[in-house]
Amino acid sequence: MTAVIMAAAEAVSVVKDGDTVLVGGFGMAGMPVELIDALIEHGAGDLTIVSNNAGNGDTGLAALLAAGRVRKVVCSFPRQSDSWVFDGLYRAGKIELEVVPQGNLAERMRAAGAGIGAFFSPTGVGTPLAEGKESRVIDGREYVLEYPIRGDVALIRAHVADRMGNLVYRKTARNFGPVMATAAAVTIAQVSRIVDIGALDPEAVVTPAIFVNRLVAVSAPAASSAPTAPAASSAPTAPAASSAPADRQEPA
Amino acid sequence: MSLSREEMAANVARDIPDGAYVNLGIGQPTTVADYLRPGSGVILHTENGMLGMGPPATGHEIDPDLTNAGKQPVTELPGASYFHHADSFAMMRGGHLDVCVMGAFQVSVTGDLANWSTGAPDAIPAVGGAMDLAIGAKQVFVMMTLFAKDGRPKLVPECTYPLTGRGCVSRVYTDVATFAIGAEGVRVVETFGISVEELISSLCIPLVSSPEI
Repeated sequence: MTAVIMAAAEAVSVVKDGDTVLVGGFGMAGMPVELIDALIEHGAGDLTIVSNNAGNGDTGLAALLAAGRVRKVVCSFPRQSDSWVFDGLYRAGKIELEVVPQGNLAERMRAAGAGIGAFFSPTGVGTPLAEGKESRVIDGREYVLEYPIRGDVALIRAHVADRMGNLVYRKTARNFGPVMATAAAVTIAQVSRIVDIGALDPEAVVTPAIFVNRLVAVSAPAASSAPTAPAASSAPTAPAASSAPADRQEPA
Repeated sequence: MSLSREEMAANVARDIPDGAYVNLGIGQPTTVADYLRPGSGVILHTENGMLGMGPPATGHEIDPDLTNAGKQPVTELPGASYFHHADSFAMMRGGHLDVCVMGAFQVSVTGDLANWSTGAPDAIPAVGGAMDLAIGAKQVFVMMTLFAKDGRPKLVPECTYPLTGRGCVSRVYTDVATFAIGAEGVRVVETFGISVEELISSLCIPLVSSPEI
C-alpha cells in the first residue's frame, strides 16, 4: 500500500504509550519538529526515543522530554551546550539513557530494517560500551555482537515526497532518515512538499515508498530554511508539481 | 618554543597525503582544514553525511540543513555528495577513510585512545562517532597538548580513562613533540623547544628517537 497523506495530528495518533519511537535528525538538521509537536499534543507517554541527540534548546525532542513523555533515550551524544532539558532530567534520575556509538546506532537500525538478527561490529571493542556483550575474533580481529533496534514508529523529515511516498532529502538533513524509515513498523515522513506521482526522478529517490506509511506536508518547517518553491538548484524533482496543503487528506 | 594550536594544526595538515579522504573531529581538529595546501585534493568527510565539505558558511550561505558534525553551518564544494548515516559509518568501518584527526585525554604507548569520557561520576556519557572513527579510519592522528593542565602527561603507559578504541592511534601531534606509534613503540619524530632527554625524563614511557633528532 502506498503512503497516505495526513495531517500531523492524525499521523502521530498511531503512537501508543510505551512505544519505541525513532526520531530523525542530527541536532536540528532533519529534526521533524512539527511531528514531535503533534506527538506532544497527542499525549502518548512512557516512550523510548531513539535519536542521535537528546534534544537541543527547548523545541522538538527537547520539548517532548520537557513534557515528561519519555522514559528512556537511546542516543550517541546527549551532552551538548544546549541540551539543558535532558541534562536536568538525567541528573534528577527521571530518565534512562543508553549511549550507543553513532555508527552502531545507525547500523543497529539498518539491521532491523534489513532483517538481520544481529551483527558483529568492531566499534567499541575494549571500551566500557562493550562490557557484558558477546564478542568474537574473526580473521584475527575482535568484534562485539550488536542487536537490531526496531521502532514501533519512525518520525523523520525529508524534503520532497511524491504521492506514493518516495522521498528525497536535502543536504545533511538526510542523516538518519533513510535508515530509520526502514526500521519501524510505521514510518511517518514530514516533508516540505508532496508532488504528483512521476514528478520525482526515480534515479534520485533515496527512500523508496515501500518504507513510508504516512506523509505530512509542512511547507515551512521550523528546523529548516529549505526553499519550498521549486528552485532550479535543488532539482531532484523534475517539473514543478502540485504542492499539497498541510491538511490535505487523501483516501487510502 | 612550544607550538601554538595553529602550529600544531599546520603540522597535522602537512602530514595528510594529497587526495586523502579525511575526517576532522569536533573542536581543535576542525582547524586543520585551514592549513591544507590549496590544490592538495584532500576531501573532507563529515559523519553526518557528506563528502566534499567546504569552509564554514557565513551570512546568506547559512543553511540549517547543511552542517558539520559539530552542528556548525558549512558549505559544499563542487563534487560533494550526501549520504545517510549507515553509509557514512560504513565509510569508516569499511576502511575507506584514509585519515581521521581527533583530540584526546590520553593516548597509550600501544596506541590506545581515550577521548570520550573522564569517567567522572557526575558526567553525562556521550560518545558520538568517536569510537567508530577510532577503529575505522586507516590512520588516526591525535592532536593534543602533551601535558594536562595539572602537568600530568597525556601520552601514558596505559590509559586510565575509559577507552575509545584499542591500538588505533598512529600519530600524536603535541605542542612540544610529534610522535609516531607503531610496532617499534613510540618514536619521537620532531621536538619543539624541548630535548629528547627532557621528554624521556618527563614521560614515563620508553621512547625511540628518529635518527635525525
